[in-house]
Amino acid sequence: MTSTQAPILDIQNLNVRLPGKGDRQYAAEGIALTVAPREVVCIVGESGSGKSVTASAVMGLLPRDVLTLESGQIRLAGEDITHASRATLRTLRGNRMAMIFQEPMTALNPLMKVGDQIAELFEFHGKRLSGTDVNARVLALLVDVKLPNPATLQHAFPHQLSGGQRQRVMIAMALAMEPALIIADEPTTALDVTSQAQVLRLLNELREKHGNGVLFITHDFDVVAEIADRVIVMQHGRIVETGTAQEILANPQHPYTQKLLAAVPKGEFNAQRHPAKDEVVLSVENLSMRFETKSVFKAKRRVVHALDGVSLQLHRGETLGIVGESGSGKTTLGRLIAHMARPTSGRIMFDGQDIAALTAAEWRRRCKRIQMIFQDPYRSFNPRRTISDALAEGPLNFGEAHSDVRRRMHDMLAMVSLDETALQRYPHEFSGGQRQRLSIARALMMEPEILVADEAVSALDVSVQAQILDLFESIRERLNLSMVFVTHDLRVAAQLCHRIVVMQQGKIMEVGSAEQVFRQPQAAYTCELLAAIPGKKGFA
Amino acid sequence: MTPARSSRVGTAVSAVARDPVMLTALILLLLLIVVSVGAPWLAAHDPASLTPRMRLKPSTAEYWLGTDSLGRDLFARVLYGGRLSITLALLVSAISVLLGMAIGLVAGYFRRLDAVIMRLMDGIMAIPGLLLAIAMVALGGANIVTMVTAISIPEIPRIARLVRSVVLSVREEPYVEASVGMGTPTWKVIVRHILPSTINPLVVQATFVCAAAILTEAVLGFLGLGFPPEIPSLGSIIAEGRPFFQRAPWIVLYPGLFLALLILAVNMFGDALRDRLDVRQSRKTKG
Repeated sequence: MTSTQAPILDIQNLNVRLPGKGDRQYAAEGIALTVAPREVVCIVGESGSGKSVTASAVMGLLPRDVLTLESGQIRLAGEDITHASRATLRTLRGNRMAMIFQEPMTALNPLMKVGDQIAELFEFHGKRLSGTDVNARVLALLVDVKLPNPATLQHAFPHQLSGGQRQRVMIAMALAMEPALIIADEPTTALDVTSQAQVLRLLNELREKHGNGVLFITHDFDVVAEIADRVIVMQHGRIVETGTAQEILANPQHPYTQKLLAAVPKGEFNAQRHPAKDEVVLSVENLSMRFETKSVFKAKRRVVHALDGVSLQLHRGETLGIVGESGSGKTTLGRLIAHMARPTSGRIMFDGQDIAALTAAEWRRRCKRIQMIFQDPYRSFNPRRTISDALAEGPLNFGEAHSDVRRRMHDMLAMVSLDETALQRYPHEFSGGQRQRLSIARALMMEPEILVADEAVSALDVSVQAQILDLFESIRERLNLSMVFVTHDLRVAAQLCHRIVVMQQGKIMEVGSAEQVFRQPQAAYTCELLAAIPGKKGFA
Repeated sequence: MTPARSSRVGTAVSAVARDPVMLTALILLLLLIVVSVGAPWLAAHDPASLTPRMRLKPSTAEYWLGTDSLGRDLFARVLYGGRLSITLALLVSAISVLLGMAIGLVAGYFRRLDAVIMRLMDGIMAIPGLLLAIAMVALGGANIVTMVTAISIPEIPRIARLVRSVVLSVREEPYVEASVGMGTPTWKVIVRHILPSTINPLVVQATFVCAAAILTEAVLGFLGLGFPPEIPSLGSIIAEGRPFFQRAPWIVLYPGLFLALLILAVNMFGDALRDRLDVRQSRKTKG
């Protein structure tokens, strides 16, 4: 789709300065890129690569007093907007260029109906339209973005819509003034695979229809494969490689691009076969979890079945993947197994005992046998306590001697490839990947038999994600652990897990070996999930 | 540990030195505390000794701030009054912070107790603090125990609410869950992982409690419900000077000024402290 038309966006030699004396001077350095009409240009990079800063600079949204646009030129449809005044930028934003944000829930006003929020744009940009005209335009936009039942949903508040629907509303808002350029900053990162696939398809169709250029920021190469015409790879604030999507994906030149692409899980089935397959460690029997909203009036009480009669078995030395979209009950299941919540009914048999029936105090004496690893590596450590405090906390609770604990801390750090200096440091001194290593070390300090990992790699960059997945695999093998791995990412599950449980709306849809689930899916829902994986070449 | 601590003190000192509001407030506060605590050495006269010959005199070299209607040295009385106010304020804030913190931690962490405890706190908050103090002093007599209790009780629900709100958000942090999951006893979870997060807002709130306590004590003294007349209190000095306001305005002026400066200093210090400790707010102002 590289066209010969004049570019909509033309950035030349852009330098954005970081404050103070950090390890680097520029958040974005020497950035040059163009976006032509009907073209989707993807900026790819890991966190901290400067991709979002570049987008903010275009929108004139750089945080004041923190980042300064030092030099360079940004031209929008031929017009130089590098140093445009706030007023000029305000008329340009929404009108000539629009932005779609990562988290639609926070980008929409929670107190306004979505239809009104779109209608507001027409007011701001001074189009003199009558009330009925505005209504018609809003409705047309919502139809455009394929919102189901737009006439009703325009009167809905953001919290009443699903994540995918909210992102469609955001796209409708971005399209309202028919801008020449849409900047999308990780617009699908917060969405499920199926909504992600729909949103990507939608963006693709709309740029054909409206002829706008799209600057698409993402960290996900599969999304790139799905949507990009041209790709720009950024690292440490610099562009390291540019090219068409085919060139970059098939034949990356720069070692960083090669490394990133190599780290993308490709649906290889990496989990090693284990010898004693049939020894059941833990078995979940007919487990249900019901949440009931409280209300004085019985008719208004709503019951949510987070889990509905789930039964499964975990074998020794096995990694069991639990996959599903948000709201499928996969996290609830993981938390119940780790005794972080009590089920409404059903049993969790572990070592001849129903652990679901144990009280918190009874569980406390046994808790070292099942340990949990949390999604957010930034929040799972107390920021006020050193790593050594955090690692020693569990074993000391079980009355182990300080010298033993200390020795084991060193062993565990070695196992997760961190050195001993980590012990005296505080959590904020580590990167996300390092912290996830530390939380694995912390769980292993308890010498558990079962490890429950809840979206343990979802918050990490791809290259880091690959390392942590390798770590999980090597630890499981060395310690003969059983693992329950909760994830929304099917490719991650395919790579790590022996068996996979597919869940939807609190029910198990399908259970089978990883290969079986991916190669010959039985349930219709599994097929749907697989079809939605972006850039799904590895599974063919 | 020592180098870490001394460097922490060092950063605190340099932070205070760079913040003019904080510095002014701190200097003023320290000055007022020093003169109050040093009252027995600074004041040449006994605050209770009567010299009828010298009554209602304006300030002289001997009586720096003049004398009151019974010929007592106003300088000594104001300093001793300040001493009483500050002692009382410290006692009140210590007691209400400790009790409020304990109640807030329990209410915030244990969901079942929350409703019961907080309704009780709401009940206490519904009683006007001053009326409660008047009633308690009338019943229990004006001694330090009843005064401190009477002024502390209305502050406790405020502190408890503050602590509870912090606990409610921190309790949901994965690190708290992780700690529970590692078999840490509940009391240790609260002390290690939750209590530290409440310290910053508590320190700030404590300064406001101090200011409120000083004011309440002065009001009670002014209404004649405070300590007996032989114990000088800023409120009672002002009350005693009121009938002579036309002839000898200094009797009302100086204790009033001392009171105003004391409360201003405490509040300014508390404000500056909040700006410094509340990360979210300070980030916002930096933009």
